[in-house]
Amino acid sequence: MPEPETTEAAPPSSGAAIELEGLTKRYPGSDRPAVDNVSMEIGAGETVVLVGPSGCGKSTTLKMINRLIEPTGGRIRIGGDDVTDMDPVKLRRTIGYAIQASGLFPHMTVAQNIALVPKMLRWPSGRLRDRVEEMLDLVGLDPGEFRDRYPRQLSGGQQQRVGVARALAADPPVLLMDEPFGAVDPITRDHLQDELIRLQRELHKTIVFVTHDFDEAIKIGDRIAVLREQSHIAQFDTPEAILTNPADDFVSGFVGAGAALKRLNLTRVGDVTITDYPTVGVDDPLEEISARLRSAGTDEVLVLDKRGRPYKWLRRGDIVRAQGSLARAGVLVHDTVTRDATLRDALEAVLTDNTGRVAVTGRRGAYEGVVDVETLMNSVHELLEADRLEARESQAGLEEQRSAQTHAEQEGADPSGDRGEAQA
Amino acid sequence: MNFWEYLESRHQQLLVDAYQHASVVFQCMVVATALGVLIGIVTYRSEWAGSLATTVTATLLTVPALAMIGLLIPIVGLGVPPTVIALTLYGLLPIVRNAIVGLRGVDPALVDAATGIGMSRLSRLVRVELPLAWPPILTGIRVSTQMLMGIAAIAAFASGPGLGNLIFRGIASLGSKNALNQVLAGTLGIVVLALLFDAAYVLIGRLTISRGIRA
Repeated sequence: MPEPETTEAAPPSSGAAIELEGLTKRYPGSDRPAVDNVSMEIGAGETVVLVGPSGCGKSTTLKMINRLIEPTGGRIRIGGDDVTDMDPVKLRRTIGYAIQASGLFPHMTVAQNIALVPKMLRWPSGRLRDRVEEMLDLVGLDPGEFRDRYPRQLSGGQQQRVGVARALAADPPVLLMDEPFGAVDPITRDHLQDELIRLQRELHKTIVFVTHDFDEAIKIGDRIAVLREQSHIAQFDTPEAILTNPADDFVSGFVGAGAALKRLNLTRVGDVTITDYPTVGVDDPLEEISARLRSAGTDEVLVLDKRGRPYKWLRRGDIVRAQGSLARAGVLVHDTVTRDATLRDALEAVLTDNTGRVAVTGRRGAYEGVVDVETLMNSVHELLEADRLEARESQAGLEEQRSAQTHAEQEGADPSGDRGEAQA
Repeated sequence: MNFWEYLESRHQQLLVDAYQHASVVFQCMVVATALGVLIGIVTYRSEWAGSLATTVTATLLTVPALAMIGLLIPIVGLGVPPTVIALTLYGLLPIVRNAIVGLRGVDPALVDAATGIGMSRLSRLVRVELPLAWPPILTGIRVSTQMLMGIAAIAAFASGPGLGNLIFRGIASLGSKNALNQVLAGTLGIVVLALLFDAAYVLIGRLTISRGIRA
């Protein structure tokens, strides 16, 4: 058996650019194409979200990239290579694919599921084993505990994580995700989105993500393509631009109400000031905790558990009342956020917890700092102010682009803007 | 001579008959399974081909066993050949039907996932579709085996092997000393064999159905 180390040296491959050119799908017997002449350039390492109402062809467009649906017209280029006529089976092994409800094979263990694509690519078995562990670690599941489980022994969120691990196992430059978080509960979905953002920052894959949830699109996408029927691109731009300057009524209808609040989804906890807060260990003696409280100059400390995770908030009064045992004193920490969580999540956590602040955690839930309500308010003010400025500045330029033809628009080839209409 | 004495005096012959009975059923089941699953694989994707396969095998089953063997004798002669052909044909229906139902019942999202991660058609079939369709197919095989156990008795009509010979001999000599014992021994033997086979299938199910999809 070959040494696993020998093959391990290759650095993870980062993304490859995807180019769609006039991609069309016409089903026999239907007079209108399901996807009509879509052109789109997706940069290497970029996360692009296709969002639109159901039946708009966003899934069909995605499935044409790995040719699960064969296009009837147009070209697909990945990393500069034309793959429109390549053997589809070979092509798909180089493209990660994650779908709704995980798509895990129920008769295979977690490890077998993850190892599928590397196995098809004939990786040596020693490297396979290491890779499975690595992937499980990457998506935040303990290999020892989860490797030999079957999908039905996992929660929906865990299944989805394994689904992502499987998609990434052979280290593909491109990852296609078809409403991957559509079937999990809102809280888990939030966590999975955070995880994906963290992963993407580590891996720099080119991700094409399909969803009908605009909030999800804002949170995940570097750029968002809002699609209307037949996959016509209504607007293809950054989340900020779409929120502040929707191209037309269709887009603003899709953005929905509360654009200011949604703006909170665009900023991450890591972007604002995370302050330090006095902490104590759960096993620290009482005197030490009292001393820490006195020296800290706050009337509250954060108790961390044995693994450094936020455990509970302890007030001055709690210690007096505790009478020697801290087991029942204090308020348990309800909710924590990671650096990748959005300000909206943080605000949510602050509002539901009555401490006025939320603990920020890092790897494996370890404490890193806190964000309090003042910090949040200030950030929101700054953000909205900046947006307003930017909007005013770019008003003229955007007006031109606004009603340009969709494909011309995202190629940036129509700067004339003669057809621009007056907008409020 | 009571039944026990009969069993004791003839146990050699009874064991040989039972062994031959089990053997012919087993071999026919292997062929019927291979053929049935193959027919299922070939036809499950198409609506009409699937219905055709099910209808044809169902029609075969409606032919009375005696008539089927009677019709086969002039073509393939006496003994083992008509027995094996008849049993295999009868065994097909439950297997073909369950294979088609099982393969069609695989979640389309999983088929999509299998294709999407780069499985070829063949490996998708072997590694995803067949393992997931295996529990219903195994049920079909089980039903088939039970059926063939009984039908195999009729093979004696064509001088075939098995416990049917005892039953036929008994019926032919009704009123004689051992007639009833013979019929009883043949029938009970078949029942016992059927139960043993069923137990074996439970074991096979344990060993071959993934823990991830076992009920």
